[in-house]
Amino acid sequence: MKELALHILDIAENSIKAETDELNIEINEDTRENEFEIVIEDDGKGIEKEKLENITDPFVTSRKTRPVGLGLSLFKAAAQRCNGNFEIDSDSNGTSVKAVFEHDHIDRAPLGNMAQSIVSILLWDSNLELTYEHRYNENQFIFTTKEIKKELEDVKITDNKILNWLKDYIDENIREIRGGEFN
Amino acid sequence: MKSLEELRELREKVEKDMQMRKETNQPKIIIGMGTCGIAAGAREILKAVMEEIDKRDLDVEVTQTGCIGMCEKEPLMDVKLPGKDRITYGNLTREDVKRIVVNHVINGNVVDELVIARLAE
Repeated sequence: MKELALHILDIAENSIKAETDELNIEINEDTRENEFEIVIEDDGKGIEKEKLENITDPFVTSRKTRPVGLGLSLFKAAAQRCNGNFEIDSDSNGTSVKAVFEHDHIDRAPLGNMAQSIVSILLWDSNLELTYEHRYNENQFIFTTKEIKKELEDVKITDNKILNWLKDYIDENIREIRGGEFN
Repeated sequence: MKSLEELRELREKVEKDMQMRKETNQPKIIIGMGTCGIAAGAREILKAVMEEIDKRDLDVEVTQTGCIGMCEKEPLMDVKLPGKDRITYGNLTREDVKRIVVNHVINGNVVDELVIARLAE
């Protein structure tokens, strides 16, 4: 994947398919520790124990169209390529995926268009509650659909105009905390 | 910076639009968002669709689907007009999205050279 935001979108879709009600996405960037950490946590139905051991093997998947799944395998490989690490944990109460990258590693993909990834996740299901927490050194941005939905009253968060607005809102805030950096 | 105050104003506008629209006869656009689609640029296709609908103030339902097994033709997008066949377009670019929205979604003319499958109603 060309962007870390695309990996996040892809992994979040696993959560949605696992009947998640609440999804937490956390990004912790610490340039002094040279760390770029991504955590994706859901309260979905989880991955069976036998499957979990090998879930990052491309030939282990819960999908039905064919017996190959690439999402988690690609994300793990991306982290390992950057002297990072990858962990996945799951039980019947949910799944958590954590990937850590060396922030300045030459092979680390840029964060990319995280705002568009978030609205793509929101479009899947208007009932999903998403919390997005992004820290960049001492700065942070927290976005919660609960707060947004209070403002929206009867209007759905999946309305096209609302999503386009949210995309710009999230994008501005991410740029702000990262000092306008695109990488 | 955008503020939540602005979001409240937008909500009021959307509420007014909603009262004027009937959801039963909406055209539908469906975008393939499996790992294969995402890797091939589907998120940018979705972005282009969302922007085009906003710009032209269209009443269209946009949804997403997972991998449908045509990974080599991603990014994929289906258009379903009420009472018409479901048309699948493949190998799309942002420019193609504009053409499909204008010709097919607005004017009802299928963009034949981009079609990869048809599903009769």
